[in-house]
Amino acid sequence: MVKTEERPGTPAPVIDREVLSRDVVPLRHPGRTLAAVVLVFLLVVLGQSLVTNSNFQWPTVWFYLFNPQIMAGLGRTLLLTAVAMSLGIVLGILLAAARLSENKVLSGLAGGYLWFFRGTPLLIQLVFWYNLSALYPRLGLGVPFGGPEFFGADTNDVLNVWLVALLGLALHESAYMAEIVRGGLLSVPRQQTEAALALGMSPLLVFRRIILPQALRVIIPPTGNQVIGMLKYSSLVSVIALPDLLYSAQLIYTQTFETIPLLIVVSLWYLLCTSVLSVAQGYVERYYGRSVAAQPTGRPRRPWEDAARPPPRPPSPPARPPPRPPRRSAHEPALQHRAQRPHEQPDHQLDRHR
Amino acid sequence: MVRIIDLSKSFGSNEILRGVNLDVRRGQVSCILGRSGSGKSTMLRCINHLEKPSSGAVVVEGEVIGYKLKHGRLHELKAKEIARQRAKTGMVFQAFNTFPHLTVLENLIEAPVRVLGRKPEEVRGEALAMLDLVGLKDRAATYPGRLSGGQQQRVAIARALVMKPSVMLFDEPTSALDPELVGEVLEVMKDLAATGMTMIVVTHEIGFARSVADEVVFMSGGTVAEIGPPSQVIDDPQVESTRQFLRSMSERSTAPVR
Repeated sequence: MVKTEERPGTPAPVIDREVLSRDVVPLRHPGRTLAAVVLVFLLVVLGQSLVTNSNFQWPTVWFYLFNPQIMAGLGRTLLLTAVAMSLGIVLGILLAAARLSENKVLSGLAGGYLWFFRGTPLLIQLVFWYNLSALYPRLGLGVPFGGPEFFGADTNDVLNVWLVALLGLALHESAYMAEIVRGGLLSVPRQQTEAALALGMSPLLVFRRIILPQALRVIIPPTGNQVIGMLKYSSLVSVIALPDLLYSAQLIYTQTFETIPLLIVVSLWYLLCTSVLSVAQGYVERYYGRSVAAQPTGRPRRPWEDAARPPPRPPSPPARPPPRPPRRSAHEPALQHRAQRPHEQPDHQLDRHR
Repeated sequence: MVRIIDLSKSFGSNEILRGVNLDVRRGQVSCILGRSGSGKSTMLRCINHLEKPSSGAVVVEGEVIGYKLKHGRLHELKAKEIARQRAKTGMVFQAFNTFPHLTVLENLIEAPVRVLGRKPEEVRGEALAMLDLVGLKDRAATYPGRLSGGQQQRVAIARALVMKPSVMLFDEPTSALDPELVGEVLEVMKDLAATGMTMIVVTHEIGFARSVADEVVFMSGGTVAEIGPPSQVIDDPQVESTRQFLRSMSERSTAPVR
């Protein structure tokens, strides 16, 4: 192997206060700069073609953008999303509770439900519900195994397209929500339950006031994803001829053959809705994260850290003098934030969302 | 006040408690010492039924905890009735277990309002007075995550006290604290003991036990090995396991009680 020799004569790096007082030369990143330039160039080309390529038929897009049929379709899509998502969340919470139940039958049944509804495509589920009458021509309440029926009706009279769409979307969604809720509930340390029980709170109260609010911090981000997903998946109901946003557009372009501009119209509306939802999600997340808004490192505390981790130390007098300003280059402002300790931040910052 | 009768508890084949008997009178401070694994915490957790006894019983103020005596047999109580019994005992945990999503004041108000059904405005005043008592009145609007361990533990003590419990259970309240923060918590507990509160304290703070406890209980192998005033159990232990334990404890420094 190579033998490294001691070289006692190596001179110490020449550095003095004058050098330290000058700005540090920041490191250049030529690769990143090149990539940015190329991408911006491509973006300009794309933008130019969007404007100049007449095949996009922008005037047609504008013509249909606020078309009453499209508007009605948009309304139906929003309604469908809202109702199906709400049902999905409620069902999902019940399913999560069942899965976490100590009763093996309940948790097993919930597991089987998840297995089925997560394991088959939503499209097939929708078509299945739509054709339920092929399996069960009559729906009713009565004594099973051939007993008398108290009341009932033809399946096709009971299940109109709206019910089929809601059934399909909500049941499918509930399976996903159940796992999200379950993960959220498991993220709250068991000691929180014990502390609440020790105060004399009933299990239901513990769940509602202590566990759920903490779990929501974990549940909400993926739920926001699900809402946005639902908005778009709801377009699958076009296969059962429910005139949602997409199907309304399809109804128009099958007659006028203006397929591309109408799909652009639809996409624009979907984009607007998802953008609004994303912003709303941000606000909700901040609301539920308010208690951890000013954590030491700025990263939210992981749930399992709550109990075990020794909490931050109390204020200590600044041991070192602050770094001299002239040395800090423009690329380092983050250092200032990191140096700021939690107790040095004014209390009112925490409460601004309340 | 608190009477533990033939209390045993096993987790599977692991016997943690083997017939513990203990009496704690009203206003008495009992410190429970012992090695980890000797069953101290399990015993404490049986007192408010966080652990269900395998056999034996705990009686607090004449009420069997977790059960109802009917026709000569013990019947398990519903969760709601156990909750009502638990409201009479306050518990302080090693890991504080403050509610991170609630402010300090909300931590204190939650149980009196939701469990005892009291008016929030009324409890508010009491809660603030309690925070003043533990020296944290100016932190009422803060979230626990921004407090030091010692401060969080004092919040946890105040949270238990606003329920006006008749007995306070402390489960190694200073074991998770940085050494320099132990004193502030012990100070609050010392003040509490001076008010005549009945306290059962599982601790490793020999100094605290010596100066505050009326009775020291040394547990070993799931039973009470030695019991008596601190002057006896700590300063003149009769049992070999107690002597061994105290010797190993004195090898590490304990935080002084002011």
